[in-house]
Amino acid sequence: MHQSSLFGLNWEFMAKYLPWYVDAAKLTVTIAFWGILLSLAVGMICAVIRYYRVPVLNRIAACYIELSRNTPLLVQLFFLYFGLPKLGIVLSAESCAIVGLAFLGGSYMAEALRSGLESIEKSQIESAQSLGMGKLLTMQEVILPQALAVSVPGICANMIFLIKETSVVSGIALADLMYVTKDLIGLYYETDEALLMLVIAYLILLLPVSVAASVLERRLRYGRFGN
Amino acid sequence: MAGSGINVLFMGKNFLRLLEGLWVTMRISLVSVVLSIPLGILFGMFLTLKNPLSRALGRVYLECIRIMPQLVLLFIAYFGVTRAFGWNLSAELSAVIVFTLWGTAEMGDLVRGALVSIPAHQYDSAAALGMNRGQTFLWVILPQTLRRLVPLTINLTTRMIKTTSLVVLIGITEVLKVGKQIIDANRFDYPTAALWVYGVIFLLYFLACWPISSLAKKLEQRWR
Repeated sequence: MHQSSLFGLNWEFMAKYLPWYVDAAKLTVTIAFWGILLSLAVGMICAVIRYYRVPVLNRIAACYIELSRNTPLLVQLFFLYFGLPKLGIVLSAESCAIVGLAFLGGSYMAEALRSGLESIEKSQIESAQSLGMGKLLTMQEVILPQALAVSVPGICANMIFLIKETSVVSGIALADLMYVTKDLIGLYYETDEALLMLVIAYLILLLPVSVAASVLERRLRYGRFGN
Repeated sequence: MAGSGINVLFMGKNFLRLLEGLWVTMRISLVSVVLSIPLGILFGMFLTLKNPLSRALGRVYLECIRIMPQLVLLFIAYFGVTRAFGWNLSAELSAVIVFTLWGTAEMGDLVRGALVSIPAHQYDSAAALGMNRGQTFLWVILPQTLRRLVPLTINLTTRMIKTTSLVVLIGITEVLKVGKQIIDANRFDYPTAALWVYGVIFLLYFLACWPISSLAKKLEQRWR
């Protein structure tokens, strides 16, 4: 019998193992942060390549996007973590998770950014050119600021998607929130408590991002003229 | 003697076993999709009701399912429900339940989006032609909704296939698990088997999803 059992939950157990969840959440945040940052970089490069239809690179980027979008992250991670070392490429589990997340997220970010770039009308680019702006300056001052505003909802949705996707890194033995939960269930059978803490941990991580995303989206829509 | 890992794939029934493993996740996703589509259509129509209470209920369900990683939902169904209610759900059944609940939420939102996107003048014009509500829905709204919905539903299917790869983490023997068994059985004879086996699994998933998502993209472009 539990000593303190409000709602029939073992609160002492939860207090005792809270630090495990805090550490796990830190790992999740670290992986998500670097994964999202890298996937934004990869996505930006691919989006610009696709936008300008750079000869050879365009095909490569298109292939990468199809490969990344049509395979699950868990399978990508297994290949990176268990497969690549056989080629002599050994990465730590944490680097694998970040690289895997960037590989997956890069294509999603590329599509979000490209739809932004393509929403800019030709007349704007022609106007910039007629003002004597070069290609780089046009991109920097005319296309990007407007395109990013269009892409923001997509980017935010992808960020939330990627944070959620980090939950599969327990598959390559990283001690994230899922891993800790499974551990506690297996060790002590305190299933309800472990699952409750898991859900709360993800809510703490995801709710602020989700709310911030919808606020941002509303403000951007407010700022746009017409539609 | 250590041989090249690629030979492992052609030894005995290894390749067939991998395909069988893939079929396990495919089966779960197919069953879930087939259940999710009708349930999702109903849920989507429910979401468009004007009643504030039903609207709030619908949104709460949608947001609750959406905010949680699917793996968390799987854990709750597999570990939590078993304990809380004493039901002994098999891993596969809990996977089908979770993916159906998730698919219904996602499909419902797609249906809602498609229904809302039909401009009001379509309803007004149909009314002006003397059509009743049933006729309007059947002949005017439904065809236009379907056009928008079909590509999105196909996309949802590929998402479902990709997401069901998670079931290995609640102990279902599917393609990744079979791959691991093959690698472990040949650890000493073929030390590089992992590269080939996981590489092939990666390609198998790609070959399963790519045609479907290409079809969705084509339909989307044609029906725009």
